[in-house]
Amino acid sequence: MARVVLVTGVSRHLGSRMARILSEDPGVARVVGVDVVPPRSDIGGAEFVRADIRNPTIAKVIAASGVDTVVHMGVISTPVQAGGRVSMKEINVLGSMQLLAACQKSDAISRLIVKSTSSVYGAGPKDPAMFTEDTEPRSQPRSGWAKDSVEVESYVRGFARRRTDVAVTTLRFANVIGPRVDTPMAAYFALPVVPTVLGHDARLQFVHEDDALETIRLAVLGDHPGTYNVAGDGILMLSQALRLAGKPVLPVPTGMVGFVGGWFRRAGLADFSPEQIKFLTYGRGLDTTRLRDLFGFVPSYSSHDAFVEFVRACEVDHALPKHRVEAIERGLAHAIGSATLSEARLAERLRQEAPSRG
Amino acid sequence: MADARVIPIGGGQDGSRPRRDGALSRDGQERSEGSRSEGQRDSGPAEVERHEVDGAPARLDERVADWLDFLRRRFTGEYEVDDFGFDPEFTDRVIMAPMRPLYDRWFRVETRGIENVPSEGGALLVANHSGTIALDAIMTQLALHDHHPARRRLRMLGANLVFQTPFLGEMARKSGHTLACNPDAERLLSRGEIVGVWPEGFKGIGKPYSDRYKLQRFGRGGFVATALRTRTPIIPCSIVGAEEIYPILGNAKVLARLFNLPYFPVTPTFPLLGPLGLIPLPSKWIIEFGEPILTEHYPEGAADDPMLVFNITDQVRETIQQTLYRALVQRTSVFR
Repeated sequence: MARVVLVTGVSRHLGSRMARILSEDPGVARVVGVDVVPPRSDIGGAEFVRADIRNPTIAKVIAASGVDTVVHMGVISTPVQAGGRVSMKEINVLGSMQLLAACQKSDAISRLIVKSTSSVYGAGPKDPAMFTEDTEPRSQPRSGWAKDSVEVESYVRGFARRRTDVAVTTLRFANVIGPRVDTPMAAYFALPVVPTVLGHDARLQFVHEDDALETIRLAVLGDHPGTYNVAGDGILMLSQALRLAGKPVLPVPTGMVGFVGGWFRRAGLADFSPEQIKFLTYGRGLDTTRLRDLFGFVPSYSSHDAFVEFVRACEVDHALPKHRVEAIERGLAHAIGSATLSEARLAERLRQEAPSRG
Repeated sequence: MADARVIPIGGGQDGSRPRRDGALSRDGQERSEGSRSEGQRDSGPAEVERHEVDGAPARLDERVADWLDFLRRRFTGEYEVDDFGFDPEFTDRVIMAPMRPLYDRWFRVETRGIENVPSEGGALLVANHSGTIALDAIMTQLALHDHHPARRRLRMLGANLVFQTPFLGEMARKSGHTLACNPDAERLLSRGEIVGVWPEGFKGIGKPYSDRYKLQRFGRGGFVATALRTRTPIIPCSIVGAEEIYPILGNAKVLARLFNLPYFPVTPTFPLLGPLGLIPLPSKWIIEFGEPILTEHYPEGAADDPMLVFNITDQVRETIQQTLYRALVQRTSVFR
């Protein structure tokens, strides 16, 4: 039976892409996208319904269109997108509650997919290296997007208890990146000079937006109740990511981080919430065994590849591009007198890289 | 990242002088097996004087080219770390290499029973802790990497204070260490890594000189439960010599509280001589790896039997304590 899917948060980039992908899928009969403003980009064959999930009208939309699958992507990550923290919290928490209330009233609903975030695990020095879905967070997030997501997840769990007939899938994504994804992390890497915490190097994981959308699509089409971590393979260190992006770095001592973060926030450059700062200090790793073995999905981009792809697509200004570094290496080798060797090495390297190129 | 790794890095396998006769080290042999056809096809400048001497290039210009290669990859971000943030190349070049003279010349570390450490598969290494700062841990790491035939990497478990401290936390992560917690220990052991624990913690490392070689409380036996769950052997490891490097005469508790440290050591030279007081005394070290205590034969669920866990904890502690006493009796002088 082809499904009728409701997608929330459809006017934003990931939501509209999701609606388009689902509308083109043979397994989906109808896609209804809701948001408070019309989508800026093409949502394909999906229908747009202007509705606020904070409002009980959402129940009418669900009932009228005979929705059986709800994809909740309406949790927003920065106050900038919502026009302030107060309305952000309202959209995230109250909107989700209202949506869940509407779902509970509907008899047709059999599947709920919630796009959550790995920031529900918090970040701190007492964390294990990798979080499984069952690991209790040791430093609970206390503000912003992360806290909203913790609350949303708890309401979702409540819903799952009350409606045992509905298969609830919660997907905890690592940082989703892609050419047009608008998250605090993307804004951070777009800064002209990137502040980091002096003496700390966070472990990061990324999911490419294509992989993120594919996970949600699979969750819509198949039966995958439960909570799953979603992240690309491997770990990228923050310092390494900044090198790959060729960004100048401004290390800030721990005591000054709040001040500098506040300055950046006031200047409207990037949002440094306390949670974001903790994440950039300690980082976080996700164990994706359950995604692979139970859910049956392997992301096509590793964390490294997703990030490199993001850097390439965004055409981030490279302060020190690779060919310049190589030129400097050669220059130094000449100056020191191991030139023949370095040349030979370079030749060998190019030869080894050659098969992968063609 | 299929970047060419031209010359394996890392120091001497046995600390002896580099062989210049072109005899390949183990790494070299493996590599030449794999890339023979390539080497034969090309007899050009790429084959210039590629002497592999115990993993380290002999000629100065080779070494320079190596470092430049390393620095370039650092600047372009072309390297890999594992899930824990372990960066093997960085560890070898930036952390281990400067410690090697300390190991070879200053402390003249003697290893015993290194064959008790398995060449493959997981094992839990449990050692006594002393010396004010954790040089004993770094020396054990060097011993296993430089002197074990399989050049094993030691992955240590540290207190959260380590990972909270700027620079120290970063370095610890990069050299492959992680927080002392069950999930991480089990993850490492089930991947077949050698995991190092110092169960005495700050109590051991910051104890006064008068208590030297007296083992402190051995935690709550968490490490034994982990070994039982992962069915990995426990290797008791006794370190002699670390106690004398910075003899702690007193503990400035007010300063410790001020800097948020577990203790603030007062040694004969520190803080009296300032930075000079950071030079450790050149004691003679012995690192003895004891016979493994096997855990495979215990039944499923043995980790949940507190009596068994306590008994094994005591057995490990006693083994280390007895080995320490024996080595101390044999030692003629602290410095020789």
